[in-house]
Amino acid sequence: MARMKFLCDAERCIECNGCVTACKQEHEIPWGVNRRRVVTVNDGVPGERSISVACMHCSDAPCMAVCPVDCFYKTGEGVVLHDKDLCIGCGYCFYACPFGAPQFPQAGAFGVRGKMDKCTFCAGGPEKDMSDAEFKKYGRNRLAEGKLPACAEMCSTKALLGGDGDVLADIYRQRVTVRGKSGEVWGWATAYGAPGSGGQQPPRTAPAGTPAPAGGGKS
Amino acid sequence: MTGTVARLIIVAAGAMALAACGERPQVVNYKQGTYQGKPDTPPFASAPYNGNEQQWDNAIRTRNLTQNEYKRIGD
Repeated sequence: MARMKFLCDAERCIECNGCVTACKQEHEIPWGVNRRRVVTVNDGVPGERSISVACMHCSDAPCMAVCPVDCFYKTGEGVVLHDKDLCIGCGYCFYACPFGAPQFPQAGAFGVRGKMDKCTFCAGGPEKDMSDAEFKKYGRNRLAEGKLPACAEMCSTKALLGGDGDVLADIYRQRVTVRGKSGEVWGWATAYGAPGSGGQQPPRTAPAGTPAPAGGGKS
Repeated sequence: MTGTVARLIIVAAGAMALAACGERPQVVNYKQGTYQGKPDTPPFASAPYNGNEQQWDNAIRTRNLTQNEYKRIGD
């Protein structure tokens, strides 16, 4: 059974916002809600890096722990989803999430919040698969169609990878070995457990400066 | 007279019988720490996979591997 994860390679992200657009288009996300966004650090100075951020579907999700109505659940594939019929829009999950993933549409005047909305890993929600109800509440269920999240599949530089964590780690490991630098995966320790905590460790990569293998790493 | 009373009783009984039809439970009994929402089905449960987990796994794995451009473009 695959354990679904996201991996963003800050070395490759060019801040094109293609992932954000793909997500918006795929799920017809309303104005004001951003399930995915691109964050740039050190903007305009040497060392600038961009990272595509959304719900990371944490191994030990803090949103699940703090929800007062227990509307979160985790699928067999490790995707963290929630039932919008139960959500009361309290915002506790937003404060608990280390990635700022939960979004709240404005539901009326005076900043009244609606029910929480977040990345579903394109896995829909607790409605009949690929039904209108599921699409309206949670967006398209690409996983049920045998596809991966639109953001990752649309990424032109393949900075954003989505899918089975083991496969992603293998892809990233090979990539870092080829380029010989930047082996750190942003957010993985937070989302999937730091080494020694019992969660999945970030992919082990060659130390910085390791020369690329002959043949360009192609297999 | 008797007929009117009987009719009134029938109408009243009908009204009472239908009175609770639109009633929905207003209170949720929470069980702290457990998921309280609707059940969800696994992604391979419905068409086009119709419960064939192996086939779904293979499709996802193929998609997964196409993200590796070294394998996609190379050779």
